[in-house]
Amino acid sequence: MPDPVDPRRFAVVGHNEPKVDAYALVTGKPVFAGDASSDGALHIAFLASTHAHARITSIDTSRAEALDGVSLVLTHENTPATMYTTAGQGFPEPSPYDTRMFNPTVRFVGERVAAVAAETPEIARAATKLIDVAYETLPAVLSIDEALAPDAPIIHGEDEATGIHDAARNIVSVVDVDIGDVEAGIAGSAVAVDTTCETQYAQHVPIEPHVVRAYLDNDGRLVLLTSTQVPFHVRRIVARVLDLPVHRIRVIKPRVGGGFGVKQEILLEDVTGLVTLRTGRPAVAELSRPEEFVSSRTRHPMRVRVRLGATDDGTLRAVAMDVISNTGAYGSHGLTVMSNAGSKTLPLYNRAPDVRYRGRTVYTNLPVGGAYRGYGATQGYFALETAMDELAVKLDMDPVEVRRRNHIRVGETSPIFAAIGEGKPGVEQTVGSCELERCLDIGVEEIGWADKRGARRRDGPWVHGVGMSIHMQGSGIADVDMGAATIKMNDDGSFNLLIGATDLGTGSDTILGQIAAEVLGVPLAKIVVYSSDTDMTPFDVGAYASSTTYVSGNAVRRAAEQVRAQITAVASAMLEEDAGGISLRGEAAIGASGNRVTLEEIALRSLYGSDQEQIGATASFVGDESPPPFLASFAEVAVDTETGQVRVVDYVAVADCGVAINPHAAEGQVEGAIANGIGYALTEEMLISGHGRVRNPTLFDYKIPAAPDLPRIRAILVDSYEPTGPMGAKSVAEIGINAPIPTIANAIYDAVGVRLRNSPFTAERVLAALDAVASED
Amino acid sequence: MSTTITLTINGTERPVAVELGDSLLEVLRREGFTSVKHGCDTGDCGACAVLLDGDAVDSCMILAISTDGRAVTTVEGVETDGHLHPLQQAMIDTGAVQCGFCTPGTVMTGIDLLSRNTDPTQDDVKTALAGNLCRCTGYVKQVDAVLAAARQMKGGPDA
Repeated sequence: MPDPVDPRRFAVVGHNEPKVDAYALVTGKPVFAGDASSDGALHIAFLASTHAHARITSIDTSRAEALDGVSLVLTHENTPATMYTTAGQGFPEPSPYDTRMFNPTVRFVGERVAAVAAETPEIARAATKLIDVAYETLPAVLSIDEALAPDAPIIHGEDEATGIHDAARNIVSVVDVDIGDVEAGIAGSAVAVDTTCETQYAQHVPIEPHVVRAYLDNDGRLVLLTSTQVPFHVRRIVARVLDLPVHRIRVIKPRVGGGFGVKQEILLEDVTGLVTLRTGRPAVAELSRPEEFVSSRTRHPMRVRVRLGATDDGTLRAVAMDVISNTGAYGSHGLTVMSNAGSKTLPLYNRAPDVRYRGRTVYTNLPVGGAYRGYGATQGYFALETAMDELAVKLDMDPVEVRRRNHIRVGETSPIFAAIGEGKPGVEQTVGSCELERCLDIGVEEIGWADKRGARRRDGPWVHGVGMSIHMQGSGIADVDMGAATIKMNDDGSFNLLIGATDLGTGSDTILGQIAAEVLGVPLAKIVVYSSDTDMTPFDVGAYASSTTYVSGNAVRRAAEQVRAQITAVASAMLEEDAGGISLRGEAAIGASGNRVTLEEIALRSLYGSDQEQIGATASFVGDESPPPFLASFAEVAVDTETGQVRVVDYVAVADCGVAINPHAAEGQVEGAIANGIGYALTEEMLISGHGRVRNPTLFDYKIPAAPDLPRIRAILVDSYEPTGPMGAKSVAEIGINAPIPTIANAIYDAVGVRLRNSPFTAERVLAALDAVASED
Repeated sequence: MSTTITLTINGTERPVAVELGDSLLEVLRREGFTSVKHGCDTGDCGACAVLLDGDAVDSCMILAISTDGRAVTTVEGVETDGHLHPLQQAMIDTGAVQCGFCTPGTVMTGIDLLSRNTDPTQDDVKTALAGNLCRCTGYVKQVDAVLAAARQMKGGPDA
């Protein structure tokens, strides 16, 4: 374990280095997958199911194939029948193999039925309308309750599917954990709370929709240039689906225009690759915005019930969480998102000796769930932090004080860490860094908690209130996620850093470069970062589970330390000094005597002089644990009592992410996650018709926050040091998105005394809640 | 049915072949100006924003054929003598670029604002950026960047 180091002593880490890709991005260089030349490429368009549940009885593509400019039409009749999961997870994926490239039974409105490859996008789209499909409609399941009803229609009755817990009852996965006796704990508590919250269908809305370009290289290998978070998983899964050896596929991730989890999914690479293999021609597939909403992936809607029991001084005795997660038509991430609703929330309150978790994931004939920033924790925290607020009200205590009495601290653990993993048991861990108390102190001060709570300041019809919540997440999946890094030294004393890690806009290329630069004693400009190319970089699981800074960052640190040792050995020979006294700084190796030799001189000697050798190393890292970042979240809202509209007036999010490798980048993660979460709390909802059709698949009708809709979100990073992290760092990417729903719900309660338990808190819902309370009075 | 129009793109006049139904966005991307991004096709996201005769517009909502004889500026055309526009530099310095997909459109809208208002308030900037959706940043550092660029362009303390 490294010694704690004052981050202010770092030369590169902890500094706001400009992003290594910023120049290319602000000048509009063609760095995204959709910017590559499509000269000579076929364009792919999809035909989507108009039924929520139906068997395809016949499909006639002859009229489409006859259209001038059409090259190929793909359906379930001429594509592989291999069962797989689209979830881009480690092998073996903990999601059921319940889909084919094209399924002979469609299970939601918007599921792809056929693909057309043609000379232009217009011809491809026109040809999809010439495909004649006959369906035998089947009864559809359009809610959690319908899925679990006795005699419910069976959504995945096919024999070929594997990994489904109980297909006959539409149950994808089950997690049951009992620690102590929660019923006795609640019964024996002075105060009890029982609350149930439900979350909605929501979409990630990366501004760049999914886009893939496929082509054959000069050796006939399939190259996929794709906007993905998981290039190595894409290669492995596409290889299996297309029955190609892994070594015949190269996946390149260029810059990605945002992912937020939706690009942790293999959605277009298989079809695009198959078109290229069948035709020998480059092919491009790009989802339209409506397709991105309906046919890609969403956040799993959940119903979460939390019961708490506490002593009359506010100490928790028992916590029970019951989760039903709706994965839609396919089980992508179905088990693990549901698991995280408990595993990333319950350890936060480790005082309670009795803890129970029940999780069920169910199929419906609705759009498909997937990975989405927060990954179940977002849904779990809504109910947990609402229940904690209700507990505070029942105890007549300050909600901040109730949290202070119960949250986990340094040196402590929770049995949940070991009990719930991701498709296998988790790992025991002890918290090594937790500055939640300081986060709370700062948040209370910044929001003006003491003056504003309960004050219900009026401004015409607007009433102000404040609310808060606290959170933890993880840093990668312990014992599962692996990242690797290769560093090699060049003639001029610069280095190539090759990483499988996947920068989807977060800045990971930059912060991983900063870690290497810090160890090697060079400015960031001397680190040439190249990432996410399965031919050129070592393996990395990719960008998910808040893993990159911690997992990939530790791999980079290890590789850099090995390179530093090699450099020091050469310097020792050149300086004729003991290697133990040599340090690297200012692009030079400096001996205990003060004598120095530059890195360029060392590189030239190694490449061209004596004892010739490429200075370089590859190192890997898998976490033994997943250190949680922490967050204290505070909001002031104003509620219009005449219309029900809610405005967020002020938002303070105080994060403990360990040492921030790049403070701007870390703040940006929190600011962006809070903004996304505010949209999720107030306006974002996929509205679904009685036939299972998404009614608002456009950015006009599905409202994500624009600049005027948000306050100036105040992200504050506290000083912290994670002993197992690279340079003291842990994760920061996901945690913020969990906060706005409970924080805003609790603030609405403070303002107007109504509990919102169904998100989003639209004006209609808030007004209905106000009316319901008024009619009770 | 293809026809040829004359467009001045980033200061250079050129003949451009367009189909009747082509949007300005499609034509600009086809001509190689791929900074102009395709995010929604409905004028909601702003990733395709360009200056048309100096005013910021969503190029997906403009029929290319209606732009005959007009001047378009994309982010490829805002550098001067190899120097970034102050707003481009400010976007880098404030950490306002995350994925960068919305950045070209946001820069063009910001330049449009700064051409009309040399001393914008925070609210002015937010209002100007209302049609440029960003999913990464929460707009905090983007707003800071526009304000910093305004100060820099006026020769203020950040110059």
